[in-house]
Amino acid sequence: MTAPVTLEGVGHRFGEHRALGGIGLEIAAGDYVTLLGPSGCGKTTLLSILGGFLRPEEGRVRIGGRDVTAVPPARRPTATVFQDYALFPHMTLRDNVGFGPRMAGMGRVARHRVAEEKLALVGLAGAGGKRPHELSGGQRQRVALARALAVEPDVLLLDEPLGALDLKLRRAMQEELKALQRRVGTTFVHVTHDQEEAMAIADRVVVMNAGRIEDEGPPDRVYRRPRSLFAAGFMGETNRIPGRRGPGGLETPLGPVPLALPGDAARVVVCLRPESLKDGAGDWDLGPARVEEATFLGAHVRARLVPERAPELRLVAHLPPGWEPGAALRLAADPADLSVFPEETP
Amino acid sequence: MTRGLAWVYLALAYGFLLLPVGALVLFSFQDGRLPVPPFEGFSLRWYADVLGDRDLMAALGNSALVAVGSSALACALGFLAAYGLARHVLPGAAVARAVLVMPMAVSTLIVGLGLLIVLNRLGVGLSLATAGIGHVVVNLPLCFAILYAAMGDQQRSAERAARDLGATEAKVILLVTLPMLAPALAAAFFLSMTLSWDEFIMSFLLTRFDVTLPVEIWSLLRSGLSPRLNAVGSLVFLVSVAVVAVAELVLRARRRA
Repeated sequence: MTAPVTLEGVGHRFGEHRALGGIGLEIAAGDYVTLLGPSGCGKTTLLSILGGFLRPEEGRVRIGGRDVTAVPPARRPTATVFQDYALFPHMTLRDNVGFGPRMAGMGRVARHRVAEEKLALVGLAGAGGKRPHELSGGQRQRVALARALAVEPDVLLLDEPLGALDLKLRRAMQEELKALQRRVGTTFVHVTHDQEEAMAIADRVVVMNAGRIEDEGPPDRVYRRPRSLFAAGFMGETNRIPGRRGPGGLETPLGPVPLALPGDAARVVVCLRPESLKDGAGDWDLGPARVEEATFLGAHVRARLVPERAPELRLVAHLPPGWEPGAALRLAADPADLSVFPEETP
Repeated sequence: MTRGLAWVYLALAYGFLLLPVGALVLFSFQDGRLPVPPFEGFSLRWYADVLGDRDLMAALGNSALVAVGSSALACALGFLAAYGLARHVLPGAAVARAVLVMPMAVSTLIVGLGLLIVLNRLGVGLSLATAGIGHVVVNLPLCFAILYAAMGDQQRSAERAARDLGATEAKVILLVTLPMLAPALAAAFFLSMTLSWDEFIMSFLLTRFDVTLPVEIWSLLRSGLSPRLNAVGSLVFLVSVAVVAVAELVLRARRRA
């Protein structure tokens, strides 16, 4: 089962602190959406509002077209995978997973069948007789997932579900989550602060900061053409080059950029991903530079560069292996890879 | 050398704690009229005497009844108070918590006298029920504190998950809160029981014709020393030890499960 989700002007305060403001978001049925942002950005508050644990002070929440703003969690077509899993320690896995169906009035035999089926779905076939304390962290996570899916929710909410797992397991679980979502077709809303996780897993990324949505869209678009300076900085590493409006267009300490400057801001920040900088000729010539520091990372070298035209600036570039500190190169970039934002007034 | 001293200290400490109990138990087997040295020989006649004494046996039954009843009530009330205060934002919650645990800081004698005055004013006759009420007053703060401390974040989030999966409030309490609290409930219940079992002041003040065992023993004491008293004391001690042992076994089994 699956359903679209619509948020209209959702806002909430905790006392004096404005946790969320003016959140408008459309999530299509069957989408895998991640809410990405630093801690305190409001992403978990938003998830609580979707799950019905928190009633927003402003705005409406619609799931499958129905206004559920005031509907309690028990009667919402949502299910949540909690950050701490929140398994019932006194029940077997079968009873944990069968809890939702039991609350819906399903008989013992039928709900045990559902439980075994869902446990098999998450790769825990035959473990129904065990108890949560006998499992590893990754397995508990799977049980929490199976338990939430057992109520056949229209929307599955995941609150930093992989946060407690080690890196290798986390990457493996990301792929599994994605595959599982494809199979069941349910709308997934997944909260995380890990931008790699968000990009790897989501159909759409929603970047949040200070209670607002900074950017949202397919990960590829948000990464390459972010809509705000915050989104550019949070979605991976970026070089920030100060720029200003000159008579011929955009001017930077590294030379003029052949790019029409939109808007009317006098001072701007030019964002450039490390992998967009290369050695050689290009439409934007940044002049000669010297490698100050090079870190070998297997597929590439992460190099810190000192450009000759602006020796006080430092640029980070991903160069092919082989570059050593002290080497000289000529920097170039494609203006299409740039994102330009008005300078933030502090 | 220090090691030796440590052992001596340990032996002295345990001797100080256990010697009176040991002497009490030993002289309950005294084959003579006085529970004092010398030990004149082994006999079970005082136990036979005690077990055949109708008043003592009635008092024993009364004590068990009051202990079980008041502990169950204290646990139930303590649970309700703890659940309300741990799960809901209430006006004056801090004051309510303070008032709930206050009887722990007040002397049992004062609380007992207060209850006696109130009961007299209300025209309620003294009975085992009034003694039971007294024990509830004494044990409720303890039950509340134990249960409140056990309702931590893990439990809160399991309750939230149950609600999310469609459980009504009643089902949440019945299927998640209470089973998860079982070890704490057992601890609170058994602790209340042992305290109620040998509580004297409340029972003395708040009973009249039907009395609990400590009150009966006290009235026996007034007629002088006898190995009979030692036998009663040993039985009381045995029951307390049994309750603690059962509680420990239950908790350990829970922890392993």
